[in-house]
Amino acid sequence: MKLKHLTAGLAALAIASPIAATTASAYELTIPSLVYRTGPYAPGGIPFANGYADYFKLIQERDGGINGATINFIECETAYNTQQGVECYENTKGQGQSKALIYQPLSTGITYQIIPKAAVDEIPIFTMGYGRTSAANGTVFPWIFNFPGTYWDAASGMVNYAAAIEGGADKLAGKTIALVYHNSAYGKEPIRTLEELSKKYGFKLEQLPVDHPGQEQKATWLQIRRMNPDWVLMWGWGVMNQVAVKEAASIRYPMDRFIGNWWAGSEQDVLPAGAGANGYLSATFHAPGASFPLHQEILETLYDKNMGAGERGRVGEVLYNRGLIAAVWTVEAIRKAMEIKGSNEIIGADVREGLEALDVTEERLAELGLPNFTYPVKITCAVHSDPGTVLIQQWDASGGVWKVVASGIEPDRDVIAPLIEEDSAAYAAENNITPRDCN
Amino acid sequence: MAIFIETVLSGLMAGVMYALVALGFVLIFKASGIFNFAQGVMCLFAALTFAGIMEKTSVPWPIAFVLTVAVMVGVAWAVERFVLRHLVNQEPIILFMATIGLAYVLEGVGDIIWGSDVKVINIGLPSGAVDVLLDNFDIYLDKLEVFAALIAAVLVGFLAVFFQKTRIGRALRAVADDHQAALSVGISLQTIWVIVWSVAGFVALVAGIMWGAKSGVQFSLSLIALKALPVLILGGFTSIPGAIVGGLIIGVGEKLAEIYVGPMVGGAIENWFAYMLALAFLLFRPQGLFGEKIIERV
Repeated sequence: MKLKHLTAGLAALAIASPIAATTASAYELTIPSLVYRTGPYAPGGIPFANGYADYFKLIQERDGGINGATINFIECETAYNTQQGVECYENTKGQGQSKALIYQPLSTGITYQIIPKAAVDEIPIFTMGYGRTSAANGTVFPWIFNFPGTYWDAASGMVNYAAAIEGGADKLAGKTIALVYHNSAYGKEPIRTLEELSKKYGFKLEQLPVDHPGQEQKATWLQIRRMNPDWVLMWGWGVMNQVAVKEAASIRYPMDRFIGNWWAGSEQDVLPAGAGANGYLSATFHAPGASFPLHQEILETLYDKNMGAGERGRVGEVLYNRGLIAAVWTVEAIRKAMEIKGSNEIIGADVREGLEALDVTEERLAELGLPNFTYPVKITCAVHSDPGTVLIQQWDASGGVWKVVASGIEPDRDVIAPLIEEDSAAYAAENNITPRDCN
Repeated sequence: MAIFIETVLSGLMAGVMYALVALGFVLIFKASGIFNFAQGVMCLFAALTFAGIMEKTSVPWPIAFVLTVAVMVGVAWAVERFVLRHLVNQEPIILFMATIGLAYVLEGVGDIIWGSDVKVINIGLPSGAVDVLLDNFDIYLDKLEVFAALIAAVLVGFLAVFFQKTRIGRALRAVADDHQAALSVGISLQTIWVIVWSVAGFVALVAGIMWGAKSGVQFSLSLIALKALPVLILGGFTSIPGAIVGGLIIGVGEKLAEIYVGPMVGGAIENWFAYMLALAFLLFRPQGLFGEKIIERV
């Protein structure tokens, strides 16, 4: 009797196997996520990684994947270390049916290392608001995308905000703007643009580098105290931001004249300075907070079931939202790639096609649950960074929240476009790249 | 002139902050001949535990402080029981490498228990400029650093008495001179090591709180050890006064260099200048300003 049951069971299993196999073999989209949840820069890496992971998890839970294809989300820890980041790239690029579809390296150092690899492996790299600025030129960097804005857009937007507060661009003449920057490739990115802008507007640019990690900045802020600049711009990351905000408050520098770039404007950067950080400004390209329908959906679908990547109370933090919007644009690019190919069985090269046809309008953002969250983005073969428009947010220490105080700040495209052209042409010449024809 | 005075004063205060970290290195080296690579991570671990206890349990800070001291004593016991006990009379490089491993363990355990987020130390430490100086003399001095200087002075006084006037202090020095000889006269190596690592843990906690109050407690705090190294090279690895004087010289030297020389060479020179300054001293005093001269028979 037992044998009979066993035989019947095996027979049933044999019949069921192809069905099970078919279910299991639904096309899988490999999405590697290079994160840094450990190491000195973890406080910035964790919320971004959580926002990025939560959106993919939401899509999987709510929709069963993207157009029927399941998501194979692979986190790899880089500790913000370039060598580990490259190892993550090498280890994950060949995984799964689709192989890696897109990378978000989350580090300028890692980005510089994998730019040449991506072209060979045909995997697009999405360096959202970081990395090599001139990668905005899609004719030279077909595999790199850095929308919605570059460091040069940010620098120009910050200067234009200062001009608006001063009463017009002509009022910048004779003013002093100090740049406090992380003494690294990342920190030096805005210098060229700011030098050009200082010529254009007649302000004096003072450059103050801070060595890694930036735990001790006394000499820098003593210099600022003595030169008493009209504005201080900061290109910092990690502990450098917290110490700078605290030092600025300590020397009584007016915080509403101190603007960090979009990697120097999270809750983690201002909380250690307490009330002293009140009024500190930072550039950004999306809204802060968790008041959007998408956030509510994430809370209900994931956090109510203990499936969230992080802590419930931190959904909506600045860097969480940045990870979230990175994932939203990535999923939209994948959808576009499937639409172009007419199939959900896509590979990295298809995602690049999707990115180059990306057109996320305000209507689409509203459909996705993010109305008035960020600017519409339209990418083309030649233009890999759009729109470059900058928001300025300000820290309200009493409420413990960031508030957007200026929006729609356009960068000086007449200054930035030639610089992008020049830098990308130099890169093309160095690497024997023939710019592709996008017409 | 005000700029110069302000720079020197700020340098002195920064130097005290470096010396606080350097003290922990000196204590362990003095008592056991081990260069403790994990000292920076001990500062991080102690501050992380202190801030973590306050955050998770909402207990008043003195209770959190006492609990953290207990944890650091526990760490000292564990280090002796599971690491040092097995390495008695090994080459210094072996012990040094063991402390590298310890640094990774402590960092990992700290991460697992308390997480990687920035923790704010809010225990009413003074912050901002010393108003009297700024308002009347246009000289900026950070209140927190002045407070740290006072704490450092108290700590040094306590350690000096401990090492010079107590039985345990003398035993510590005997162990530092020769493990075998100390054992032969009945000094318990295990007990001494637990005591010295506990004291170093206590110093690490004080240093961690002071540095953590500046920037929030986060994992980059372990890198403050890099600031202590030139202080040790200059002051000597075995001298508590050396750590203080070395810290002051490095603090003032690097600040003056950054402000007066930095602008001529592109800035950001204070980190490497500190090492250059220490190396310059080494040319004349290889054992450091206050270090014990090593005479070995060959």
